[in-house]
Amino acid sequence: MTDTPAPRHIPDRLDKPLSSAIFSWEALLVVVAVAIFAVNSFASPYFLDPWSLSDLTFNFTEKALIAFAMALLIISGEIDLSVAAIIALASTMMGMAVQAGAGTPVLVAIGILVGLGCGAFNGLLVTRLGLPSIVVTIGTMSLFRGIAFIILGDQAYKGYPASFAFFGQGYVWWVVSFELVLFLVAAIIYWFVLHRTSFGRRVFAIGNNPIAAQFSGVRVDRIKFILFCLTGLMSGIASVLITSRLGSTRPSIAQGYELEAITMVVLGGVSILGGAGSILGVVLAAFIMGLVTFGLGLLNVPGIVMSIFIGLLLIIVIALPILWRRLRGGR
Amino acid sequence: MKNLLRYREIWLLAAIAVLIGLISMRFPGFADPANLRQVFNDTSILMILALGQMVVILTRSIDLSMASNLCFTGMVVAMLNAAYPAIPIPLLIVVALLVGLVLGAINGFLVWRLNIPSIVVTLGTLTIYRGATFVISGGAWVNADQMSPAFIGLQRAAFLGIPVLSWIALLVIALFFLLMTRTALGRSIYAIGVNPTASVYAGIDVGRTKFIVFCISGMIGGLAGYLWISRYVIASVEVANGYELNIIAACVIGGISIAGGIGSVGGAVLGALFLGIISNALPVINISPFWQMAISGSAIILAVVLNARGERRQGRIILKKAEAA
Repeated sequence: MTDTPAPRHIPDRLDKPLSSAIFSWEALLVVVAVAIFAVNSFASPYFLDPWSLSDLTFNFTEKALIAFAMALLIISGEIDLSVAAIIALASTMMGMAVQAGAGTPVLVAIGILVGLGCGAFNGLLVTRLGLPSIVVTIGTMSLFRGIAFIILGDQAYKGYPASFAFFGQGYVWWVVSFELVLFLVAAIIYWFVLHRTSFGRRVFAIGNNPIAAQFSGVRVDRIKFILFCLTGLMSGIASVLITSRLGSTRPSIAQGYELEAITMVVLGGVSILGGAGSILGVVLAAFIMGLVTFGLGLLNVPGIVMSIFIGLLLIIVIALPILWRRLRGGR
Repeated sequence: MKNLLRYREIWLLAAIAVLIGLISMRFPGFADPANLRQVFNDTSILMILALGQMVVILTRSIDLSMASNLCFTGMVVAMLNAAYPAIPIPLLIVVALLVGLVLGAINGFLVWRLNIPSIVVTLGTLTIYRGATFVISGGAWVNADQMSPAFIGLQRAAFLGIPVLSWIALLVIALFFLLMTRTALGRSIYAIGVNPTASVYAGIDVGRTKFIVFCISGMIGGLAGYLWISRYVIASVEVANGYELNIIAACVIGGISIAGGIGSVGGAVLGALFLGIISNALPVINISPFWQMAISGSAIILAVVLNARGERRQGRIILKKAEAA
């Protein structure tokens, strides 16, 4: 009775039993990825070649860079449909700069800053005016790409300096491309930010219950604004990479990337309703999408048919755990 | 008068009148009744699609697959027509409605039975339906010379001086008006959007209603598929690529709240007309059509800013009324 209770040890995070790790979303994605990898190696003799595998990474690195920031945004309960339009606008601005004789460092700065500016514009509309992000970004999607169309019409910008080609075409070491290195570095940074910092915890808190987060002292609007800026920034970086890889700018550049980036995020286990998800999942989803499109490409399957597989994959991977839980009778 | 001003449809109508007035200053023939009829006819398909999207958005869902559905169904009827020109057009329209219904039912089933958020489901089916178009057509186009004269001619035939396409749009508008204002289904659609939990306690089967709503948007997508193909007389995989966002834009400009529960048939129609007028006017007032995208983007942002204000004010008014009662 008189004993003072021993100070209770409160763990930082709950101990997870092994079974939950085995049945986790990421584990499911690893299985899917390994299966597709195996099927690819059997289906095409050209698949298991270092250069083939290196080419494969170009299928997803640019979209994945956007998907990392998009994952944080979706976890916080918002969405950005304008990312591909930001790429188009940033690329157009870089093209204009080339016409004016800008060098490579200036081009990169312009691409990144235009992206950041567009993201900040989205963020201001959503947080300052309290508008739903899905509608705002449908609007800015038309606006940003529309500006690119006004500037370029049916023309194209070419003539990027030779040194500019490194970002999208260069290799850092052997088969390891600059884009792949950037992808890995970004993955580690975003993993750290989301899973190891208080900022990341706040993002989850906002996604689970923005009002409770607000009353717990989380600056909801400021964090959402930062996330929109980040998404714009990553779109700007992706724009530099794509423009450098293609060596030209058309207003229709990166059309449809927004849906692919979102597919990647959702496939990676991020809840579209917000509040749950992991960067590891997004990385795996990026690999899976790259594997599917590249493997089918080696088999001469047209791109549009590949999109069927991506769409089916998205629905099946989301539906499977739901069906599984239902079969086991749980809720 | 004060009551009338509370309706955002009135404001939208005023905005459209101002728009037509501005255009007429540059191009006097624009406000001509004959030209306005032409604009209405040009916008018919978008209006029909916006109405289908409206019922989905009202239930807090979204259908991103409508344009792909349109593309697939359009290809099916075009191929049928090319292979069997003897099939009467009314039967082809029934086929279009049924194919669209099946595609919509797939969306609805996944939303209803598996509880997958509609944005995820239709993001998936958006790519699947368009890909399926490629599979059934083998990437080939169906051109104007492969379509029968009746297939192309039906919507261009005039009845009482107005093309059949406009009549179909008017009929769809009337049907949706009846659905939303005179049926229990219409009421439950609004109820679900305003408060899904309360709807359950009020005895509304939320899941089943969402299923029906997706069936409706699917049928509309199918109908629009036939109308689109017979209007632009080419069926390909690229038909209406990215058009799903124009449909949603028309709804947003029409004051339909993406959060569900707020919106009207009149709003959707006027929202579509607003976009239709812009796209029709740009060429005649010598503005490059490349401006259209940026202008409609600005219109969407402006509309959502204005509507957000309106919604907040309306919420207060409703509360005061309830207190007084």
